[in-house]
Amino acid sequence: MAHENSFFDEMLDETQTARAPFHQYHQWFSDQDPAKLLKKAAEAEDLFRKTGITFAVYGQEDAEERLIPFDIVPRIISAGEWARLSRGIEQRVRAMNAFLHDIYHRQEIVRAGRLPEHMISRNAAFQEKMIGFTPPGGVYSHIIGVDLVRTGPDEFFALEDNARTPSGVSYMLENRETMMSMFPELFSQNKIRQVSDYPKKLRRSLSASAPRKCEGDPVVAVLTPGIYNSAYFEHAFLADQMGAELVEGHDLRIVDGRVAMRTTQGYRPIDVLYRRLDDDYLDPLSFRPDSALGVPGIMDIYLSGGITIANAPGTGIVDDKAIYSYIPDIVRFYMGEEPILQNVPTWRCSEPDSLAYVLDNLADLVVKEVHGSGGYGMLVGPAASKRELAAFAAKLKRHPGNYIAQPTLALSTVPILTKQGLSPRHVDLRPFVLVSPDKVEITPGGLTRVALKKGSLVVNSSQGGGTKDSWVLED
Amino acid sequence: MTTLGKTAGGLFWMFRYLERSENLARLIEAGFRISLTRGGAAGEEWRSIISTAGVAQAYEASGGTYSGPEVVNYLLRDKSHGGSVLCMIEKARDNGRVVRTAITREVWEATNECYITARSILARPVKEADLPDILASIRRQSALVRGALHGTMLRNDIYNFARLGTFIERADNSARILDVKYYLLLPSLAHVGSLLDSSQWETVLRSLSALHSFRWLHPGDPKPVDVAQFLILDGRFPRSILFCIRKIHEQLHWLEQEYGQRLASQHISGQLLDHIGQTSIEKIFESGLHEFLQSFMAESSRLAQQIEEDYRFIG
Repeated sequence: MAHENSFFDEMLDETQTARAPFHQYHQWFSDQDPAKLLKKAAEAEDLFRKTGITFAVYGQEDAEERLIPFDIVPRIISAGEWARLSRGIEQRVRAMNAFLHDIYHRQEIVRAGRLPEHMISRNAAFQEKMIGFTPPGGVYSHIIGVDLVRTGPDEFFALEDNARTPSGVSYMLENRETMMSMFPELFSQNKIRQVSDYPKKLRRSLSASAPRKCEGDPVVAVLTPGIYNSAYFEHAFLADQMGAELVEGHDLRIVDGRVAMRTTQGYRPIDVLYRRLDDDYLDPLSFRPDSALGVPGIMDIYLSGGITIANAPGTGIVDDKAIYSYIPDIVRFYMGEEPILQNVPTWRCSEPDSLAYVLDNLADLVVKEVHGSGGYGMLVGPAASKRELAAFAAKLKRHPGNYIAQPTLALSTVPILTKQGLSPRHVDLRPFVLVSPDKVEITPGGLTRVALKKGSLVVNSSQGGGTKDSWVLED
Repeated sequence: MTTLGKTAGGLFWMFRYLERSENLARLIEAGFRISLTRGGAAGEEWRSIISTAGVAQAYEASGGTYSGPEVVNYLLRDKSHGGSVLCMIEKARDNGRVVRTAITREVWEATNECYITARSILARPVKEADLPDILASIRRQSALVRGALHGTMLRNDIYNFARLGTFIERADNSARILDVKYYLLLPSLAHVGSLLDSSQWETVLRSLSALHSFRWLHPGDPKPVDVAQFLILDGRFPRSILFCIRKIHEQLHWLEQEYGQRLASQHISGQLLDHIGQTSIEKIFESGLHEFLQSFMAESSRLAQQIEEDYRFIG
């Protein structure tokens, strides 16, 4: 692994001087009483617990609800950095939606020989029911989270795309609320772009994609698997903040060609369903027959213009880790431009040469499951023991097509507050992008996830990661 | 915004469970007091508390004896039956999560804090010395939820469903407590106006937080007929059966106004209110207090079912 001091720290340069975006903050920080700050940090945790921002950890029976740890040192991005990032994100997101439209229609990208046909036809996330269908407004992925990492002053990479049901936006919003109530003076000293209108924009963006059969003001609902889902807090939070209904599958049924919810006064149609449920569970008649979470028959209503499902079924194919490596080509193909945002170099283990390389260099690489998420089933080579490496190599040889590999990136660090003062930790950034028929909107900042363990590169909350408030400064 | 049937049901049950947990805490408090003042006679009291809580079968099956600490821990924190204070606060909070978008942040946070506090103070078996503090803390937490509800919620159908849950549960609780103790009144059938074993009646009044109000109205030794009259028919006392049924009827009336539709539940609550509003304690004693309470509880449970059906709590 790279040496400690070779990582790019976003706050302090080699001479321990604050970089430009952090200048003001650093000055403020130096004037604070460290003991008081630590006390504030503890208060923040208390605040989160009271609000109920907790999540359940998968695979732990009867696990207590946990908090995602919050660090009170913000991550600060300059206006210039953000301008370039958001251009790159917008370009990428537009290309992804164009790609989705293409693969469910003429598949020009395959005809042009830029993507092997089997990448689509053999992809579990490809939904045959979507072939030839265009979603309302032409939008496939309405809400996208693009995970970014940084390795140097100007080196940002897109590490992963989340085009199905990206989560974490409630933390972005609550982190900001918490910071504003704890350190109001920071928000008058620094000019920070606001994030709090995200729910309003989300509602507008969803309403703009209302289906053909919608009459009047679109009725928007959030579909949740229920209170035992690990992200339930966020589902309720978003529904509450945008003034939408929060529904579960058993609240819904098909009535007169529409998807309708059971209200105290009978069934009422829904126009736009922001579903926080995977494709597989959406409609037992079309997908998994044993699912009780979805709505039987919703796909037929969708295909006949009775409802908008956001994100559209079948969008998962574009954030598939096997497709990821083709994204630069996808951008070139649909946008006719060079990608502004770099991809991380990726070896597709399905290709024999790449597999051989990956097996030879396993100890230096990060290997991910093509369909995995949340940091599960992934190998961080430099952190793995010899035995773990050997076991993983065996898995890799058995199912090479299930894996991709990437170099271990020298992720940038931002300090966190510890009992010993500031201490650098690795971070990533998930900006949230809203796509409506006429525009792409990116909330300035996003969710900064931070690996709280010293030296760790895994930022996932399920694996001991925390979060930070993320500031984008105004010009 | 429209109200989902599930949301209406969630609110109804959230507040039923909160009310029930508070009532049970109060019952435990009254029992605890008896055990301090009457020593040996406390066993009978714990037995009747277990029976009032509706968990007698489960308790005896679990091999529980009628000793104070055992009963107290069973009712406060045992998770093997759904009826403990902790379980009910947890269920109230689960329902609160279901209806999170229908309640204000203040109501949700008070409910969540109630749960967090209860879970922490009931994490270990409760020692006698800690019981007063623990009960006080539970009472305080539910008062905070109530305060947030009154202070921050819109007075619309959502509020009505929450209040319906509260009063259906409260009426049932008052009737149940009286019914378990109705035999105390039996001698009075022959000697109306006779004096009672006043500490027994004090316990009943205490378990309904009625002692202060009752004494205010009836200084001197409590007469059974006065106690029964007060707990059933005094419309000024917020835990009396008449008060609760009036409130229920009122909520249903607002719902009728808001939805512009008269439903079967309004009809039932009207009948129930007429019946109780027009009777007298003498008539109740004549036809039998036990019979009266039993039939009231059956009616009120029929009403609850009708509300559930009328407003589509379940699909």
